[in-house]
Amino acid sequence: MSHLLEVEDLEVSFRTEEGVVRAVDGVSFHLDRGEVLAIVGESGSGKSVSVMTLMGLTRSPNARFSGSARLRVGRPGEGDVTVGSEVELIGASDEVLRRVRGKDIAMVFQDPMTSLNPVLRVGDQIAEQILAHEDVSEAEARERVVALLERVGIPRPAERARAYPHEFSGGMRQRAMIAMALSCGPSVLIADEPTTALDVTIQAQILDELKQLRDSGEAGVILVTHDLGVVAEIADRIAVMYGGRIVEEGTLDEIFYDPQHPYTWGLLGSIARIDRPRPERLPAIPGLPPSLHDPPEGCHFRPRCPHEFGRCAQTPPLEARVPGVGGHRDRCWLDCEAKRERRVVADGQIGLAPKEAAAGRRDG
Amino acid sequence: MLRFVVRRLVGMVFVLFAVSVLTFLVFNVIPNSDPAVRMAGRQANESTIEAIRREWGFDEPLHVQYLTTMEKVLTGDLVSQFTQLNVMDEIAKGLPRTFSLAIGAAIMWMLFALALGLYSALKAGKVADRLLTILALIGISMPVFWVGALMNHYLGFKAGLFPNGGYVPLTEDPVQWAYHLILPWTALSLLFIGFYSRVLRSNVLDTINEDFVRTARAKGLSERRVLLKHVLRNSLIPIVTLWGLDVGAVIGGGAILTETVFSIQGVGQYFGDAIAQLDVPPVLAVTMLVAFFVVLLNAIVDIAYAALDPRIRLR
Repeated sequence: MSHLLEVEDLEVSFRTEEGVVRAVDGVSFHLDRGEVLAIVGESGSGKSVSVMTLMGLTRSPNARFSGSARLRVGRPGEGDVTVGSEVELIGASDEVLRRVRGKDIAMVFQDPMTSLNPVLRVGDQIAEQILAHEDVSEAEARERVVALLERVGIPRPAERARAYPHEFSGGMRQRAMIAMALSCGPSVLIADEPTTALDVTIQAQILDELKQLRDSGEAGVILVTHDLGVVAEIADRIAVMYGGRIVEEGTLDEIFYDPQHPYTWGLLGSIARIDRPRPERLPAIPGLPPSLHDPPEGCHFRPRCPHEFGRCAQTPPLEARVPGVGGHRDRCWLDCEAKRERRVVADGQIGLAPKEAAAGRRDG
Repeated sequence: MLRFVVRRLVGMVFVLFAVSVLTFLVFNVIPNSDPAVRMAGRQANESTIEAIRREWGFDEPLHVQYLTTMEKVLTGDLVSQFTQLNVMDEIAKGLPRTFSLAIGAAIMWMLFALALGLYSALKAGKVADRLLTILALIGISMPVFWVGALMNHYLGFKAGLFPNGGYVPLTEDPVQWAYHLILPWTALSLLFIGFYSRVLRSNVLDTINEDFVRTARAKGLSERRVLLKHVLRNSLIPIVTLWGLDVGAVIGGGAILTETVFSIQGVGQYFGDAIAQLDVPPVLAVTMLVAFFVVLLNAIVDIAYAALDPRIRLR
C-alpha cells in the first residue's frame, strides 16, 4: 500500500565555514490523507529543515541532499494528471518543484508577521498563487480569495482582501497564510510551528482550522512544533526528532503514555503543568543538544542520557521494540522492559531520571 | 494619501526657508568682510561698492539684508557684476539644456544600475559578480571630467563618432538632441551606475533572505516573478531616495564638470563660470535653485515611497 507522501532516508547537509553540518541524518516517515503527523523536537533538531527540504526551500549551493520523498499527485477527476502518479521531490527540477509547490504541497510558516510581503495586498498575494497554478481569470481568482478568507474566519472578507499585511493582526495574518496554503487544495499541508508566534486563543482557532482540514479527508497535515500541548490536541501520529534523526515514532497514545526513548521521557518531563504546585525550577533535560558539525558517535542523545551504556556508541536503528506494536519504533538499545523500569513516573508525569540516581542504580 | 502629500509639501516650504537663510548667511555674513566689496569684484571703484551696499542694504540690520536678498532672488532682480546680464534670464536659458542632461542621464543610470545590480546580486560570489564589483568601483573612482575629456577626445574628436560637445534643442531636432547628449549622459551616468548597482545588490541580497520571499517560492511562483514582484519592489526604496536627491542636484545645476567638459552651457556650466569669477549673485541664485530641486525631488520621492510601500502612509 502506498502512502500519500513517503519520505525515505532523507539526508540534508550544509557546507559551512566551520565544516559540514548534517542537519538531517536519515529521516523516514510517511503521511496519509486525513491524518496529522506531528514532528516534535527542540530547536536545531532538524525538523524544520526536513519539511522545508520537501518543498525545495533549503536548496542552496552549499546544501547536499540524498534520500527520497515521493508525493502522490493528482486527484480523481483531474484530466491532465494520471491519478496516483508520483513525483520525486528530492532532486526534482525547478520546474517540477514549482508546479508541485503551493498546488499539491503547501506550507504555513512560523512567523506570520514576516511571512507576507508588506507591500502587496493580502488578497493579491493569495490570488497570485491561484493564478500561478490554475487557468482562471483574475476576477475568478479574487472571488475564490474572498471565499477562502471567509472559510478561515476572517470577518468582512471582501474588504479585508484589499488590506495590506500591516493592517492585519498576527492571528489574521496567520489565517491569511492558511487561506493561501489551502487556496489550491493541496493534499499535503505542512505547518511549521504555525502557532508559536500567536497567543493561546488564536492558537486554538488556528488548530481548529487544521483539524477541520484533516477531518475533511482532503489532505494530510505535517505539523512541526516543539509545543507538546499543541501536539496532544491535534496529532494522530508523532515523530520525535533529536540531532537530525527521528528517535521515536508512534501514535499519540503510544508516545504520550508509553514513550520508549529516554529523550522522549525528558521531553515529556519538561512539560510545565498548570495543575500541579509550581516547581522551584522548570524541569529541563540537562546538557545541550549535540553539535551537528561534530555529533557524538552512535546515539546522539548519549552524552545527555543517564542510562547510557557501552552499546550506545553504535547507532541504534529505528526499530519496533515494543512487543506486538509494529508502528511504535524507537532508536534506543534498551529493551522495552528495561525502559519501562527506568523511566520515572512522578505524579502521573513521565520523566527522565536524574543522572546521579540512574548511575547509582546501575552500579548497585 | 492626500493628507500625506499635503503634509509633505508643507514640510518642503519650511525646509526651503531654512535653506534660504543658510545660503544667505554663508554668502553675506559668515565671510566676515564687507559683502559689498566682495560682490563688486576685484577691480571695482568706491562708488560702485557704495552703490551695491545701498542696493543690497548691507548697511542695514541682518533681517533687512535677508529680506532684500530674498526679494531680489524671488523677483528675478539679480544682475551679474561681471557681465551685467540678468541672472534669471541666464538660468532660464540654461535650464532646458541642464534638464535634458539630467533626465537622460537619470534614466540611463537607473536602468543600468537596476539591471547590473540585480544580476550581480543573483550571481553573488561568482565570477560575474566580482567582475561587476570591479567595474562598479572603477566607475565610482573615475573623475567625470577625466572620463568626459577622454570620451570627447577619442570618440568625438579622433574617431568622429560623436559631435564634439554642444547642444541642439529637442524641439529643433530630437535625433540630434539625443546624439549630442549621448556622451554627456554616459559620462555622468558612470559614477551613478557604479554606486547605485552596489546599493541595489546589497538590498536585493538582504531582501532575498526575507521570510516573505520564501513564502513566494512556496506558492509555486516562477523565480522570475519572485524576483521582480517580491524582491525587487522591496529593494527599490533606498535606490529611489538616492535617485531623487541626485536628479534634483543635477537639474539644479550640480553637474558643473560634465556640463563644462561637454560645453552644454546649462545651469551647471553657468554656475561653474560664476564660481571661477567670484560672481556672487549667480552663485547665490543657483545655490538656491539646487536646493529647491533637491527638496522638490525629495518630496516627490517621499510620495513615490508611499506608493511603493503602504506602511509609509501611516507615518
